[in-house]
Amino acid sequence: MTQIQKPARVNYRALPDENGRFGPYGGKYVPETLMPALDELEEAYLQARHDPDFMAELGRLQRTYVGRPTALTYARRLSEHLGGAQIYLKREDLAHSGAHKINNALGQALLMKRKMGKTRIVAETGAGQHGVATATAAALLGIECVVYMGTVDMARQQPNVFRMRLLGTEVRGVESGSKTLKDAINEAIRDWVTNVRTTHYLLGSALGPHPYPAMVRDFQSVIGQEALVQMQDGEIGPGRLPDVIVACVGGGSNAIGAFHPFLEYENVRLIGVEAGGHGIESGEHAARFADPELGRLGVLQGTMSYVMQDSDGQIALTHSISAGLDYASVGPEHAWLRDLERAEYTYCTDEQALEGFKALCHLEGIIPALESAHAIGHVLELAPTLPKDQVILVNLSGRGDKDLGTVMSVLGEEL
Amino acid sequence: MSGVERIQQVFANLKAKKQAAFMPYHAMGYPTRQRSLEVVQALAESGADLFEIGIPHSDPLADGPVVQAATDAAIRGGTTVADCLAMMGELRAAGVQQPFCAMSYYNPILAYGEERFAQDAAAAGVDGLIVPDLPPGESMKLEPACREAGIATIYFLAPTSTEARIRSVAAHATGFIYMVSVTGITGERSQLPSDLVDFIQRVRRHTSLPLAVGFGIGNRAQAAQVAGIADGVIVGSALVRAAGSADGVAAVRQLGTELAAGAHG
Ligand SMILES: Cc1ncc(COP(=O)(O)O)c(C=O)c1O
Repeated sequence: MTQIQKPARVNYRALPDENGRFGPYGGKYVPETLMPALDELEEAYLQARHDPDFMAELGRLQRTYVGRPTALTYARRLSEHLGGAQIYLKREDLAHSGAHKINNALGQALLMKRKMGKTRIVAETGAGQHGVATATAAALLGIECVVYMGTVDMARQQPNVFRMRLLGTEVRGVESGSKTLKDAINEAIRDWVTNVRTTHYLLGSALGPHPYPAMVRDFQSVIGQEALVQMQDGEIGPGRLPDVIVACVGGGSNAIGAFHPFLEYENVRLIGVEAGGHGIESGEHAARFADPELGRLGVLQGTMSYVMQDSDGQIALTHSISAGLDYASVGPEHAWLRDLERAEYTYCTDEQALEGFKALCHLEGIIPALESAHAIGHVLELAPTLPKDQVILVNLSGRGDKDLGTVMSVLGEEL
Repeated sequence: MSGVERIQQVFANLKAKKQAAFMPYHAMGYPTRQRSLEVVQALAESGADLFEIGIPHSDPLADGPVVQAATDAAIRGGTTVADCLAMMGELRAAGVQQPFCAMSYYNPILAYGEERFAQDAAAAGVDGLIVPDLPPGESMKLEPACREAGIATIYFLAPTSTEARIRSVAAHATGFIYMVSVTGITGERSQLPSDLVDFIQRVRRHTSLPLAVGFGIGNRAQAAQVAGIADGVIVGSALVRAAGSADGVAAVRQLGTELAAGAHG
């Protein structure tokens, strides 16, 4: 079946502009000490992208180390169970170290090693997946690495703390604020400001000051680029483009990586799923786009976007069962795509995410990360409303081994 | 007189006496609302030439542990942006004359409304504004709003700043330039960096604005050392720590007197 494509009305790929802006969003809101480091990073990155040797080395590592391309899986039983659209999974859970995070971590670590003359990496982590990916890349390339992690997240993602330490990374617990991802980023930035001459900050999502949102997006776009080919391949995929792509949105890196190569295919609906926590009315969530009271235009950690905050501009505490979605802001390009109505954003509560988690375990034999389970949770609602000849592509951003403790404490009695 | 002019006058008067300015920082609402007012008053009586008045933010990414803990406590105690402005008004009413430079992060000001903030701040007696996460290129709205209200826009330079950054900051800054002594965050250091003189000379070539050095200064000897090479000495963490001690106001008064003596030589 072929699909008629409308030509794109907007050049979605023109942004960010030279100031790092996606419309009103993005920018570089950082202390002066870091401004030269951002310029240097941007220059190194632009150079690397046009350097065939760099791109070839990254491509070789993706194939021989990460295990790319990751599989495209037809979720037959889940599709039949829901009785609507056909569901395909892009299997980032099969990437080495267990999530899409390695795509960006390896890209940036290689960039630092080959182009930047720095010797040390700092990173933040929420779910621990970015921390593990960074620790992995650092071990592979022989780079000193320190990862900051909120102590609340350390408790709920214990296995990943051990993983990072096994990989030779120093994990530093962060006790300030809500002791989660946001506070880990503050601490990583403080370390970076202090050691900026030797240290690269390996930011883990499509967030932060320019050039991070664009650079992280580009390193993650391998997801969408592969999916574009795989979907059109009738042997492993449906032989056509999807009607809908669904991805969870924490900072937004797996979603933008899946969406970006499809932007000009305007018949493909793009849906980002935020963390609805205990529900929007409860105020305990991380659905920045869904709660007009808490989620407003703001600046957090270097970028202008939607930010969960109180009326005084203090950053609000967020809640999600998944550490990786538990963050007060969202990547600036998502805010822009939402304004353009090119992408839609919805949310999924903790409870719905757990339903998605269980469904994928029982029906497909895949234990997803709780973050990715939010995308599945939304598909449980969406798929039955669509006809059987429609196709949904879900970006399964990571695997759930790290979440077994959390899930067992919630579902313990059921099991 | 506008805020910019009041700041200029302070530096001009001190220059005539061959002295550097003593520029203490304190966070409003710490340790309590009332105490924070007393701390500023005590400093005003112990030789302060110009104040940095901290308006707390939940995510102070340029600050070290002492200021983080203080501003965090202030927010938990109910300190708001509007109340910080009200407190500055109260300090003016109580006779505190020195210029006030409000110091916060961008988001609380954005949430308050940039133009409204500039107007209300000027009305409350604010003379300058310092926003560590708002470099000149991003201050498209706040800078003109401050100009309009007569408030000085104070920007930072750091040892890592390139010639191009120095030129850009020099073109946008009014009042003075905040020279970050070290690559890092606020907090006391046992030693000031050896390249500070170089850094100041590098900036001096591009601007005649007063250069005030901050980050890491905590005692009289360091204040005197900085006074020998710069136009202003900014002290934050050491004073905030003193303010949080058992007899906070007295401790601040004593340390403030010593630091002022160091700065004034
Ligand atoms: C498996 C997985 N998916 C998604 C996320 C959310 O991040 P992002 O929105 O940047 O993809 C995380 C973050 O830790 C993660 O570990």
